[in-house]
Amino acid sequence: MEQFLALIIAKYNYWLYVVLMMIGFYAMIGKRNLVKKLIGMNIFQTAIILLFVSAGVKHGGKIPILDKYEVLKHGVDATQIVNPLPHVLMLTAIVVSVSVTGVALAVLLRIYREYGTLEEDEILEKLGK
Amino acid sequence: MKLLQERTAKLKLGESLIIQTAVRIMVPFIQLFGLYVIVHGHYSPGGGFQGGVILGASFVALALAFDQKFSMQLMSERVNGVLGNLGALIFVGTAVLCALFGGLFLDYSALDKLIPLGPIGWRSFGIFIIEVGVGLAVMSIMVSLFWDIGSNGEMDEGL
Amino acid sequence: MKALAFVATLVTGAILLYGTMDFPAWGDPQAPAATHLSNYYIENAVAETHVPNLVTAVLGDYRGYDTMFETVVIYCAGLAVVSVLRRKKT
Repeated sequence: MEQFLALIIAKYNYWLYVVLMMIGFYAMIGKRNLVKKLIGMNIFQTAIILLFVSAGVKHGGKIPILDKYEVLKHGVDATQIVNPLPHVLMLTAIVVSVSVTGVALAVLLRIYREYGTLEEDEILEKLGK
Repeated sequence: MKLLQERTAKLKLGESLIIQTAVRIMVPFIQLFGLYVIVHGHYSPGGGFQGGVILGASFVALALAFDQKFSMQLMSERVNGVLGNLGALIFVGTAVLCALFGGLFLDYSALDKLIPLGPIGWRSFGIFIIEVGVGLAVMSIMVSLFWDIGSNGEMDEGL
Repeated sequence: MKALAFVATLVTGAILLYGTMDFPAWGDPQAPAATHLSNYYIENAVAETHVPNLVTAVLGDYRGYDTMFETVVIYCAGLAVVSVLRRKKT
């Protein structure tokens, strides 16, 4: 039991992201309303972004904005600076998630214009007749 | 006092004089901060995406406090489209220009033959150019997304 | 139906938690993500590009393709929203 607790404490950030991801996943597959599904997808994306950003953390590391003249003169110790690569990738992912949300909202507005509802089963009923 | 009462009586439902005045004062500073974030991306947190979103947010604030017609008067749809296309064109054009001047695609140091800044200086300045392009494109797309989604495609008063 | 969704969510979460057992501890400087490529960026990016902000240097220079096609992605998103929603001919 103590080993298990130590395991959780060493990696509690991953547990938080998995819980966040489960909330988003449940909203995507369990809810009937299309807007709620979209919000679930946003929560899911947030969990993944947090996971990648936390992969770049180093204990005691400084932010990846260096002092130019200091670095040019003496060089830099790579273990003292936080990994900048996940930040770059997630900057890309955030912008893509914003565009995906925009397109999804546009499609939802179009569906509402066509069917007068955003509930999944009502749309299926109207499609079936 | 009387002037204020007259202006308040003219407002439509859901509009408030206090919010309108506050937004009117704040928008220039928001846009200045957005430009600062774009231009200062080399030395502090920031860059094209973040600054572009801040610039777009200033127009969204105008469209929320007044109505969408007002924000479309300040930046017409045509200007918005031109800015968005120009931003994407700056980025791709810089990349193609690098290839034309004998380097690889997106290798800014090849532009040294055009204006002699040194290869390292061009790699720094090329990042600045593409950040400006990205900022313009992101601002234009954010404003266009809000206009279209907020007014359900009719481009009238909106929310 | 909702119970099925709940069970599926729990199973997915359990599988992911089992997967995190092999992950490195949080903030470990010797983690695989921090030992291969990123050290090159941290050590050489300032000398090669003269940009102190490493995120901007990697975003604009080393991963320029990524950023370029991402700009294309949001541009396409704007076009898609306009063409899906617009009703009035202007």
